[in-house]
Amino acid sequence: MSTGAIGYAPGHTLPLRVEIIRQFKRRRTLIMFGLLMALPWILVIAFQFGPGNNNNQNSLRLSDLATAGGLNFAAFALSVSASFLLVVAVALFCGDTVASEANWSSLRYLLAAPIPRDRLLRQKLIVALGYSAAAVTVVPLMALLAGTIVFGWNDITVPGTGEIIPAGDVLPKFAIVIGYAMVSNLVVAAVAFLLSVSTDSPLGAVGGAVGLVIVSSILQAVEALGGLREFLPTFWNTAWLDALAPVPDYSGMIKGVAVALTYAAILIAFAFRRFRRKDVVS
Amino acid sequence: MTAVIALAVLAVAAITWTVWPSEPPPRGQDLTIDVLDGPANDQRVTIDATFFAPASGGKAPAVLLGHGFGGSKSSVRDQAQRLAQHGYAVLTWSARGFGRSTGEIALNSPDYEVKDVQQLVDWLATRPEVRLDAAGDPRVGMAGGSYGGAIALMTAAYDTRIDAIAPQITWHDLADALFPNATGQGPATGVFKKMWAGIFFSAGGNRLAGLSGGASGGLAGLTGGTGTGGSGGAGGLGGTSTSGTGTPGTGTSGTSTPGTSTSGTGTPGTSTSGTGTSGASTPGSGAGETGTGAGSTGASPAPTNAPDISGTPETSGSERPAAMGLTPQQVQCGRFMPTICDIYQEIAEKGQATPQAIDLLRRSSPVSVPGKIRIPSLIIQGQRDSLFPLSHADANARAIAATGAPVEVAWINGGHDGGDSEGDWVFDRTAAWFDTWLKDSATPGNPAAAAYQQTAGQNPAPTAGQNADQTAGKSAATAVPGGAAFTVSRDGGRDPGTRRNTIVHAEGSRYSGLSGTAQTAVTLTGPAQEVANPPGGSPAAISSIPGFGSLLGNSSTGVSAALDLPGQSATFESAPLRAPLHLTGSPTATIRVYGTGQVTLFAKLYDATTGQLAVLPGNLTAPLRVNATPSGTTATIALPAVDRRFDTGRTLRLVLATTDMAYSTPATPAVYQVELASPDLVVPTDGELSAPATGPAWWTWAMPLSALVVAIVLVLVGRVRRADTTQDPELADVPLQITGLTKRYRNGEKAVDDLSFRVERGQVLGLLGPNGAGKTTTMRMLMGLIHPDAGEIKIFGSKVVPGAPVLSRLGSFVEGPGFLPHLSGRDNLELYWRATGRPPADAHLDEALEIAGLGNAVDRAVRTYSQGMRQRLAIAQAMLGLPDLLVLDEPTNGLDPPQIAEMRKVLRSYAAKDRTVIVSSHLLGEVEQTCSHAVVMHRGRLISNGPVAELLSRGHLNGSTRLEDVFLDLIGEQV
Repeated sequence: MSTGAIGYAPGHTLPLRVEIIRQFKRRRTLIMFGLLMALPWILVIAFQFGPGNNNNQNSLRLSDLATAGGLNFAAFALSVSASFLLVVAVALFCGDTVASEANWSSLRYLLAAPIPRDRLLRQKLIVALGYSAAAVTVVPLMALLAGTIVFGWNDITVPGTGEIIPAGDVLPKFAIVIGYAMVSNLVVAAVAFLLSVSTDSPLGAVGGAVGLVIVSSILQAVEALGGLREFLPTFWNTAWLDALAPVPDYSGMIKGVAVALTYAAILIAFAFRRFRRKDVVS
Repeated sequence: MTAVIALAVLAVAAITWTVWPSEPPPRGQDLTIDVLDGPANDQRVTIDATFFAPASGGKAPAVLLGHGFGGSKSSVRDQAQRLAQHGYAVLTWSARGFGRSTGEIALNSPDYEVKDVQQLVDWLATRPEVRLDAAGDPRVGMAGGSYGGAIALMTAAYDTRIDAIAPQITWHDLADALFPNATGQGPATGVFKKMWAGIFFSAGGNRLAGLSGGASGGLAGLTGGTGTGGSGGAGGLGGTSTSGTGTPGTGTSGTSTPGTSTSGTGTPGTSTSGTGTSGASTPGSGAGETGTGAGSTGASPAPTNAPDISGTPETSGSERPAAMGLTPQQVQCGRFMPTICDIYQEIAEKGQATPQAIDLLRRSSPVSVPGKIRIPSLIIQGQRDSLFPLSHADANARAIAATGAPVEVAWINGGHDGGDSEGDWVFDRTAAWFDTWLKDSATPGNPAAAAYQQTAGQNPAPTAGQNADQTAGKSAATAVPGGAAFTVSRDGGRDPGTRRNTIVHAEGSRYSGLSGTAQTAVTLTGPAQEVANPPGGSPAAISSIPGFGSLLGNSSTGVSAALDLPGQSATFESAPLRAPLHLTGSPTATIRVYGTGQVTLFAKLYDATTGQLAVLPGNLTAPLRVNATPSGTTATIALPAVDRRFDTGRTLRLVLATTDMAYSTPATPAVYQVELASPDLVVPTDGELSAPATGPAWWTWAMPLSALVVAIVLVLVGRVRRADTTQDPELADVPLQITGLTKRYRNGEKAVDDLSFRVERGQVLGLLGPNGAGKTTTMRMLMGLIHPDAGEIKIFGSKVVPGAPVLSRLGSFVEGPGFLPHLSGRDNLELYWRATGRPPADAHLDEALEIAGLGNAVDRAVRTYSQGMRQRLAIAQAMLGLPDLLVLDEPTNGLDPPQIAEMRKVLRSYAAKDRTVIVSSHLLGEVEQTCSHAVVMHRGRLISNGPVAELLSRGHLNGSTRLEDVFLDLIGEQV
């Protein structure tokens, strides 16, 4: 293959490190991570200042148990951020990645470099998913840190039943929870990514993905749909709570993973297919 | 976008499929059937019924569907419709004394209700839709809950034409149900279940019509319809009683023989009621009325001024006022038969059973007909039922199994105390039961049924001495394929999707009875304890609240509000369990009571642990009465039959209380001492019961896998062929050759039309043309950004496709700069070069930056740059790596004159080193001064191609050597 310039090899184009740096120095990346890391501390402060919350142990809601210890606090922080904040973060990282390049016109120079289109997309997807995973991880980890410092390293109190599980037993489950939160956000990531290769407007891609989540959540509230709701992309988003039960039940999480992988695989395949054939005119 | 549209279409299709209206259920045909009953078969009653023809058409087996106490035929309408759709002829009726049927409530007495139903069977035998076993003997099954279940059992005992039954939550011995005694000494010494008895009897009158509708009408729904409706107690606004405003007189349609008054018109089930106010119409006049009525009204439902149900029926024959006043008797007894009413008043007053009461109640109970029910029976009982606890189902099952008939037993979650009535499951199970025993048994798929029915005729009932357990086991062996002999509904945990509790059905091949397949002895400890009976029996402990059982919470969720009062209860507790213990059946304990006289106690077995409320499984208690002596009386208690898993670390706590709100207790204050006669609590277990393994739903693995396959296909099918990218050796030294290049806009207009030209090394080529000539489109195709519709571009002999490696020899600047605004100019160039993956040394970054001439600004973020600065930086980026072919689109836009001059120099010297530069411009002077060659385009077409000097020489044609004139000339020729 001597048709290219000396030293050019398609497999070496756009190394992950380069893409990571390109994305990391962006203001929105830094602000998003700053926000995600600050959230647990904001929550801690909110709990400290809460008026007259003398922590009645009779109430067994997740929010009431948040101050029971670092692990409880981390679970609480994840539950309040998973439904929207993390969705926005994931949509941002995955929806912005290609669309913003098109918006800056830098996409055509990367393609003419040339970076093969599949490779460009693959590298960008890996980096975007990596940032998304980091976003999903940073909230519970920072919450664990903040909660442990402020509320102590205590065993976890299970919401609903009030049972106590030793902290040591819960840590591996916590890894599962974080892993599940990542997988369940895969649908958002895939939708955002597909929109990202389809539009030159980063905001459109991010907003579209978030909009889909909102529509899915609304449909989820329609009881008449019955079993069909199980196939909505957001239906199993809170299934990770089952992993923290005294007797963990993974069936919901398995279904959630199945649904997420299904949507993600097809949407990402469409993204590749679409980008490969696209006329880049921006 | 296609993906989104495809998803949307799929979603809409799925929703449409879900909400598409299904076939309407059969409406049923309302009719009345006249029957004669009473000990002497001389009492005329009009039964209000609805017949549902089988949806499948043709001749089908029939099902008689009875309603619960306080309900009417409309309570079971939903199930009837479902059964009819399932292929059965279904007859629902309001039992005598209920709904619009006349007559008085006789509690499923063999003389009254049973005779009524036998005549309904007669009627069924006349229907063309009903399959017959013999003349006058239809193929018929019976189902129903509670009161409707008991009539199924009783009719089966008295009428051999019934072929299969599926009674639910009903009694074996009504006397024992109302006067239970856990010591096994029978109802004569039993403890009066006053609250349930009160509700039961008031449901028969009008006084508490609303409540009765709630308690029993709701329970009638157990046979189906409402799905997972929660409480039997709270819901029943569907009570059917209406207030008594009409004329109390009912015109009875009398015919001399029982049956429908269809004579004359031939329309089935027609009957009308005369509206005469004469309370007691004679049979003769009734018949006359019927004749005219049938002729005039046809098959219509009862008119609105039909017999009012509040009126006491006619059978008494006494003159009554036509106005709405009620006699004290009516107020007191409602629609109960006076004899029953009297007996009830007596026992309710005393709180003790009388021999007549026991006789009367037992005559209405299957206990009075041992060995007479010999047909396949599916016995369904509720685990949350303090009215008819599981022991009644057990007794029924044993009695029927002892005859050799197939019996299956199911303990569902809900009962008269609420819980989940599992309507859908019960319906499916019942329908499957009838499918097996009522539909064609000669088919090969149903050998068990065929075998049974062949032998059923000759096979006499086993002798009474035969062990019922054994028989049950034997019959279970011949039980229906697809149904388990013993099914227990257990807590299946929370559904992860709906966050609601689910029920799993543990199944066993054999009904183990209340003593289980094995027994475990659990040691209880506790000192002898003094318990007091409070004066007046108040305050009282709470186990269940009849009719409102669901108020106390569902024990399957671990929440229970059972309450014992200090000083009134003795507690004996086991050590924390070392291994889980699954209790299935009725545990037994032996106690000793010291004192004098009759002692009433309530035994309860809690699932307890420290720090949490103890759970009383099923909210059930076992009342007992012992004759205490100062030297101590020993009693063995059968604790309530339940199915409950006691987890490791839990304790079994036996509590003996002196009071219970739901029962009648002595008013006299007294103190007794209670101790354990034996420390062993015998806990029956049934290890055979197991819930079918519920692996992950099939789609959890199938869906991602198929999605993966689809994804791979999607990606592979769209793959770009690589074959064409090989280098053409003849053109290896030609920087650019364009052949027949064509590109259409979306609207079909050609942006580039059959463009062909060739560029040699060392040339500086000007691509010249007015705006819209197709210059930029050509350059984009050159970069592999857009796909040509026809023709090809070859750079150094290699065809340009998206991402073709040869593009690495091309440096480009097209349609403005493209930088990451948050990075500095230097970072942009550096990262761009790193993105190409080529060695850093090949970049010649410093030379490029020199050309850009940005000075210190090169380390500022690009977003702070002016247009010109970006332009220069972009040209520098294009020159990174010193590509052999440099393509610049309007490079001098936004540059000031000195920079333009500098740029010209740069480009010329760049080409001088055997490299090639293509510059597009609409500025003619620019091209004239910079380029060696020029290609002129207009409207996508090539107009002129050649050295600039040659182009200028064409100016001689019109006397000008200025490129502008030549250009205008060229365009003008074309226009």
